[in-house]
This record gives sequence, structure tokens and C-alpha cells, in this order.
Amino acid sequence: MSEAKVMIDLQHVSKWYKDFQVLTDCTTQIRQGEVVVVCGPSGSGKSTLIKTVNGLEPIQQGNILVDGIKINDPKTNLNKLRSRVGMVFQHFELFPHLSITENLSIAQIKVLGRSEAEAKQKGLAYLDRVGLSAQANKYPAQLSGGQQQRVAIARALSMDPIAMLFDEPTSALDPEMITEVLDVMVGLAKEGMTMMCVTHEMGFARQVANRVIFMDQGKIVEDCTKDDFFNTPRGERAQQFLNKILH
Amino acid sequence: MEWFTAFFQDLQLSAPALWHGFSITLKVLCFATVGGVLIGTLLALMRLSSIRVLNWIAKGYVNLFRSIPLLLVLMWFYFAVPFIYTGVTGNYLTMDTALVSSIVAFMLFEAAYFSEIVRAGIQSIPKGQTDAASALGMNYSQSMRLIVLPQAFRKMTPLLLQQTIILFQDSTMVYAIGLLDFFRTNYVRGDLMSLLTQYILFAGLVYFTVSMIATYIVKKLQQRLTV
Amino acid sequence: MNYSWNWGVLLQPTGIGDSTYLNWIMTGIGWLAVIAIVAWSIAMLLGSLLGIMRTLPSPTARAIGTTYVTIFRNIPLLIQLFIWFYVVPDFLPDSIHNWWINDLGANTTALISASIGLGLFTAARVCEQVRTGIEAIPPGQVNAGYAMGFSTAQLYRYVILPQSFRMILPPLSSELTNCVKNTSVASLVGVAEIISQMKTISEYTQNTIEIYTYVTLIFILINVCLIGLMNFLEKRFQVPGLIAGAK
Repeated sequence: MSEAKVMIDLQHVSKWYKDFQVLTDCTTQIRQGEVVVVCGPSGSGKSTLIKTVNGLEPIQQGNILVDGIKINDPKTNLNKLRSRVGMVFQHFELFPHLSITENLSIAQIKVLGRSEAEAKQKGLAYLDRVGLSAQANKYPAQLSGGQQQRVAIARALSMDPIAMLFDEPTSALDPEMITEVLDVMVGLAKEGMTMMCVTHEMGFARQVANRVIFMDQGKIVEDCTKDDFFNTPRGERAQQFLNKILH
Repeated sequence: MEWFTAFFQDLQLSAPALWHGFSITLKVLCFATVGGVLIGTLLALMRLSSIRVLNWIAKGYVNLFRSIPLLLVLMWFYFAVPFIYTGVTGNYLTMDTALVSSIVAFMLFEAAYFSEIVRAGIQSIPKGQTDAASALGMNYSQSMRLIVLPQAFRKMTPLLLQQTIILFQDSTMVYAIGLLDFFRTNYVRGDLMSLLTQYILFAGLVYFTVSMIATYIVKKLQQRLTV
Repeated sequence: MNYSWNWGVLLQPTGIGDSTYLNWIMTGIGWLAVIAIVAWSIAMLLGSLLGIMRTLPSPTARAIGTTYVTIFRNIPLLIQLFIWFYVVPDFLPDSIHNWWINDLGANTTALISASIGLGLFTAARVCEQVRTGIEAIPPGQVNAGYAMGFSTAQLYRYVILPQSFRMILPPLSSELTNCVKNTSVASLVGVAEIISQMKTISEYTQNTIEIYTYVTLIFILINVCLIGLMNFLEKRFQVPGLIAGAK
């Protein structure tokens, strides 16, 4: 496993909002096929961290490399890079004015240059994969939260990404819909997708994560294997967090 | 430059007339605002009342005045005010027809717009307030006067003032009926002295400056009220 | 009251050629339509462009938009039309100036000035509506668009503008109504539109009440048609499920 290619490489990443430092010297690597869960109390900077990976949040210090390409280099074609990394948001963010099929195909056509037929076929295949073929012609507002999030995952997968970023994908869902989304994510992990997930769902972490990163106040405090994290966490903060979350 | 100096020299001579014109504009503005808000409030109350007939009248009024151009309203009243006056009293109107009819026209026209602002303001006051007033034994008139309207007007003041600024700009329309407001005075003087271009630009500059200052003040007021 | 009523005034011949007063009114409506269409086209094109400019990251683009709106919203419409009709021609280069004065009829010069003036005035208002519509799009949508690799231009074209234009249809349609009503101001620079005709006819026939009433009814009718048009457009572009009762 440790010989696999480094997909996401964060090197001493620091970020400030005006005078307030939100990320301090964050360093970690995610290799191909790894599933890394990022957790921590609110305000710890975990959502900010994941958004720096595809450049949605700029950084002031440090380097970020995705598949060897520097994100923070002005010469990098950021749009092209983003099209190769999939992202799933807390509030789904499907495009409400487009049908499900159109949501799935629009970026394939406009960014990747695929033909309409090819894009539609691929999109519908992934839609079937997440169990929602019947909704192909509906609009986002007609779907439940869990359904919308599954479509969002299918939309990201349709771009054939090299890695998937999940920013609290289940936090905005009613409890009974969380399972359907987690099931899709577990399936993805088992197929070997490189995943970085910000989440509170420790059950998911225990099931498929390789590593767990614990953040507190903008710093990476713990970065260890799943077993180490759950059984012998080193820091006191991590222990407190685990106690609260696992009860 | 000849273009400027000729204008400035004439400006010194025409200044008294221009001031008079400005005072006419202000007169129209003040009467129209005060009258417009009063009638507008009445219309808003009618619109919100439970008596159907009052609803219809208010709705019809607002829709009518919002469908037709201000210019048409001004021309109607320029004709109608002396006509009705003569019909009713048998005498001819001795006051300045243009001024009186403008004021009446603006009051009634702006009332339609003010009423929508007032209505939104009243509707934004939570029902709990009227319930509390009723529980204390107040009747409709008391709860409106003492509880609802004071709160509503506080909220609406910036919007009402913005509408007044719009009114200030719309007041230039009295040109059509020959009232010598600030703009028309500028036009007439400019036309007379072959300095039309300069006077039109000057008038534009004045309206621009006053509007900008007024908008700035209203913005500051809005900031203070939202804290 | 010694007023002789004559509700059939429109059907009376004018004594000039074969026309009745009704023909004159129809001519007036025709010119009203011409000004409204030209002005509204200018307003939509320029206003949308300016509205978008006011939301772009570039400070120059924003400054241009803000300056335009500040100027064109703080000078009364009447003065703007007068500037276009009386002032601007004086500053045209000589050859164009001569053509303007000599070759174009009085109605045509007034028509051009009024259409341009009204168009630029209304553009400032459309700009503000478009800007508000764009700013109302949740940032999550922007993030989702960028995350898929859309460039800024693509983001506006496929995600932001389709949503914001639907959102601003009601206030835009009220701007259209205002634009149509404002064509009446063109009568004060000499265009032979409906208000001009109304003045002329009432001077000729002294049947002021009747003719004023007819013109009022015409405006009410125009308004009803515009409201109908707006409802039609809203239904046509509705996103299923997004607005209550749209299913």
C-alpha cells in the first residue's frame, strides 16, 4: 500500500482569513486507493482544509499537489484539474434549473468535451449505480435529500475522477437517509477510489477508512491508522472528541 | 472658455428665478410626500381591512395609478381640477392652476406607491402584537394608532424616503403642464438666452447632486436603524 | 357645466386626408411600441452586461458598472432625454451633425434620442435587478460549479444566469411596464406618440374628457397584456418542483 502513488500532497499548508489563521502548517499525504477521514470539532478547519485541495479556498503558505500538479501555481490550469477531482458538498448543490440527467451530463459535455450521447450514457450508468435510474427526468427539487446527495455523488463520478472529496456529505440529511448515502460511499471505497472525507460518521470511518486525521483549531493533531486512532489515541483533545462523538 | 463664462454670467442674473423654481419643486415635493403618505396609509388600511368593498376600492385605486404614466395623470388633473372647481363652485379658479393640479396629481399618484410600502410595513408586524393589544382591551383604532403603525413606520422610513427621492426626480414632469419648477425655469432661461445646453446640463448636475446626497443620508439612516 | 359630450370622437374624420382620430391614436400607439421595443432591447443587453460586471471579481469591471448606475439613476429621466435631444447633437462631429439637423425629420431625431435615452435609463435599473439576482445565488452553487471544472464564463452561462434570470422575472416585468409607461415622456421632446396625439386631438376637438379616458383605457389594456405576458413567461420557464404548485 505504501508504494502506491501519492494523489493528494499537502505540504505545510497555512491559511489566513484577514488576520485570523484558520489553517496552521498542515502536512499530510493521501495515496491512491486510500480512504482518509478528517474529523474534529466545529471550527477546527476541516471543511476549509478539504476546500483547499481543489483550490476553492486559496492558501497563503505551503504547497498542495494533486497527482503531482501544484494547485497553488498560477500557471496550473485549475479548471482542468478540478474536473479530474470529484467533490460532494454538504448541501448537495445540484443545479436546480436542470433535470437530473442534465445535471449529470453538463460538465462532461462543457468541461471534458464529451459528446451529448456519451455524457448521457455515462451519467445514467452512474445514476443506476446509485440506485436512482427512475429519477432521470425529474428535477432536484422533486427529490429527497438523500436522493439528491446520491445524484451528487453520481454527478461527480461521471467525470471519472482520480480522487473524491467529501465535505460533510451526510450532515444535512435526516437520520433515515444517512444510510443510503453512506452505503454508496462504502461501495466506492471498496472499489479502490481515493477518498478524503470530512465527516462525523465514525461508523463509516471504522468500516472503510485506512487513516483518520483529527484536526483542532486549524492544526492536524492526529494522523494515524484507523485502528490506532480508535483504540489508542495519543492526544487528549482527540480522546475528548472521541468520547463525545461515540456516545 | 466662452461657453462657460457666458453661462456663469447669466447664472448670476437668473439666480433669483432659479431659486424660485427650486422652491416650487420643494413645495410640490413636500405636499406630495405628506399627502401621499397619509392617503397611502389610508389605502393600506383599506387594503388590509376585512370589509371586502374597501379591499376592492383600494386594490382598484392602486392598480389604476400603477398602470398609467405619471404624465397622463398630470394632464388629467391639469384639466380636471379647474373643470371640477368651476362645475362645483361656478367660479373660475384663481390660484395657479398648474401648481394646484400638480400637487393634487402627485399626492394621489404617489399615494398608490406609498400604500404598497405602508402595507408591507404593517404586515411585517407580528400578529402577536395585535393580539397583545386586544388582550389589553384596545379597539382596532387604538391598536393601530398606538401599537402597530408606530412600529411599522419605524421600519418603513428608509423605503418611504427612497420613494421621496424618486418623487423628487419625477417632479420634473410638471414641465408638461407649464409649471415653472426648477427644471422648467432652467429650460426657459436657457432657451431664452441661447444657453440651452449649459442650463440643461446645469439642471442635470443639480438634480444629480441632490439625489446623491439624499441617497447617502438615507443609507446612513438605514444602517443606524438596522442595528 | 357646459360641456358637450361626444364619445364617438375617435371615429370622427380629422379633416386632414382621409384619417379619423382613431388613425392618429393608432399612429401614436405605433410610435410608443417602437420606442418601447428599442429602449427595452438596449436596456436588457446593456443592463445584463452591467449587472454581470458588477458581480465580477475584477475591480475595474465593478467600478464601471457602479459609476454607470450612479449617473443614470440620479438624473431625472426627463433631463436625460433632453440631454440626448438638445445637448448631444451639438457635440457630434460636423458631418454627422449636419446630417442630423438637415436630413432627418424632426420626429425621427426625437425618436432616436428618446429611444437611446430611455434605453440607457432603463439599463441602469435592469442592471440592479440582474445584480441582485446574481448575488442571491447561494455560494454553494458557485463552489459546486467550480469544483466540476467550470471556468468563470461557463459558471455564469450554465449555473448562475439561468437561475438568476428566472428569479428576477417578476421585478424585471415590472421594469418593462415602467419602460412602456416612460415612453410617454418622449412626447415632451416631440415624438408623435400616444400622449402627443392625445394633446393634439383634445386641442382640435375640445372633447378632452373622452379622449383622455380612451387613452387611459389603452394604457390599462397595455398593462393587462404585459401582466399576461409575464405570467406566460413565468410558467414557461418554471423549474418543476421549485415553486409551490409547479408540479
